[in-house]
Amino acid sequence: MNPAASVIIFTVFSGFGFGLLALLGFGCSGAQGWSAFFLWGLGYGFAVVGLLASVTHLGNPQRAWRAFSQWKSSWLSREGIGALTTLFCLAPAALGAIFGLPIWSVFGSIGGLLAVMTVFTTSMIYAQLQSVPRWNHACVPLMFASFMAAGGLIVLGQLGQALMGLGLLALVLIVGFWIGDRQFPARAQTIAKATGLGHMGALRLFEAGHTSENYLMREMIYVVGRKHRVKLRVIAVVLACFVPMLLIAAGQGGDIARGLGLLVHLCGACVARWLFFAEAEHVVGLYYDQR
Amino acid sequence: MTCLPSLTDKKLGLVIDLDTCVGCQACVTACKGWNDQGYGAPLSDQEAYGEAPNGVFLNRVHSYEAQPLDAPAQIVNFPRSCLHCDDAPCVTVCPTGASYKRVEDGIVLVNEDACIGCGLCAWACPYGAREMDADAGVMKKCTLCVDRIYNENLQPIDREPACVRTCPTGARHFGDLGDPNSKVSQLVTARGGYNLMPDLGTKPTNKYLPPRLKDRQSARPDQASLLAPLLDIEAKGFAGWLDRILGKIS
Repeated sequence: MNPAASVIIFTVFSGFGFGLLALLGFGCSGAQGWSAFFLWGLGYGFAVVGLLASVTHLGNPQRAWRAFSQWKSSWLSREGIGALTTLFCLAPAALGAIFGLPIWSVFGSIGGLLAVMTVFTTSMIYAQLQSVPRWNHACVPLMFASFMAAGGLIVLGQLGQALMGLGLLALVLIVGFWIGDRQFPARAQTIAKATGLGHMGALRLFEAGHTSENYLMREMIYVVGRKHRVKLRVIAVVLACFVPMLLIAAGQGGDIARGLGLLVHLCGACVARWLFFAEAEHVVGLYYDQR
Repeated sequence: MTCLPSLTDKKLGLVIDLDTCVGCQACVTACKGWNDQGYGAPLSDQEAYGEAPNGVFLNRVHSYEAQPLDAPAQIVNFPRSCLHCDDAPCVTVCPTGASYKRVEDGIVLVNEDACIGCGLCAWACPYGAREMDADAGVMKKCTLCVDRIYNENLQPIDREPACVRTCPTGARHFGDLGDPNSKVSQLVTARGGYNLMPDLGTKPTNKYLPPRLKDRQSARPDQASLLAPLLDIEAKGFAGWLDRILGKIS
């Protein structure tokens, strides 16, 4: 699948933003005043920038408001509604923390739950697609949730919690690669099933019918990412998990170490997310005798 | 709501005969021609006369080579367009309600005024039936020529999809696949029409008719032997002598 920059920024930034907001909402930080302003601002900033990036992905962004209407059937619609509701619901909690008004903490708990649900809906946009076997698995929501938790814990967790969140993320990523590689063969989708011509003999594409690339091929047959997939997987796990773990452990969980760790973690998250799209094969590739 | 109707009054769709299709691309051209001027945003092209021309098509014809173990390869021309599935995954993923399946005839359509161009429906379709128009930023797909089939300004003979109307070999058939007595349904029964990627559970309306089996020499030993005596040519004279001598060297 085509790894569009807008979608990578959307999922990485909003995933981290909502992760941080969820922990803040659950009251994992006792910060007040300016430090609360900084932390909530960081969460809101990333979540909002991510959501704005997703709007730039649209062919007709001026109609984006319509996406709030189809919550009954569409995960993308649920994501939009979840994101906005979370941001509104957490606003009283944020203002309460910044100005020291604890009576509004109930909004924090509800908003925290909504943030978790929002990231789940983001992951289901991809995990629901039967046409992309690599994504159509429970390990995708688990991976999004692990990124969410790890990012938030880097900022707010105690030293041990931050390390544990990153370690868990590494495990989920590695298991996810292992499971993902087995999904396309497991579905047994072949050119024979795609065309229904398997009984006639071994099939291959003789002529594609059109001489230039088209939308389908650009969007769904993205082979460049798979060429270097092993190297990219190592880079992703090292940057997203191991380097931040080392930095945070070496800095004894200090602010500068956490800041650096977060920066490297987000770079790793972008690599992992780029690969998440780039190495996913769509079954329409079978009609082109490509993956 | 982009929920699918539990039942549609009709199931209009296509039956495509892979035995008859010659891969002439006339349906591709007719489709592009009609949909340049009728329903919704015209199918655009980019760099039509430039280095890398490309554009939107609602119907594309691939050709496949099937190679049996014991016979020459066979070419099958394979038109690919929207199958107007009963359980269309493209419809339910739509966040705006732009994609919908009509209750009256089962046609899957896009309301282009509500489409935000997010592209998720194209990702959800296993068959590559949807393509984003790069000019208009909205999703395009086969409308089953909804602006022809009910169009009373056209002659009755023309009230069928442009691809069906234009097909020079009669490889494309249009009708109600929900009615077991319709011509298309009978054709599907008689010829063993099948669904593409049936295990994905999309329940396509369109059906494909498999190519008929070809005669094979090896299957008819009585006829294969007819020419046998003539094929076993024995060289005579100088050529025969040369054949015998050379045959001994090895």
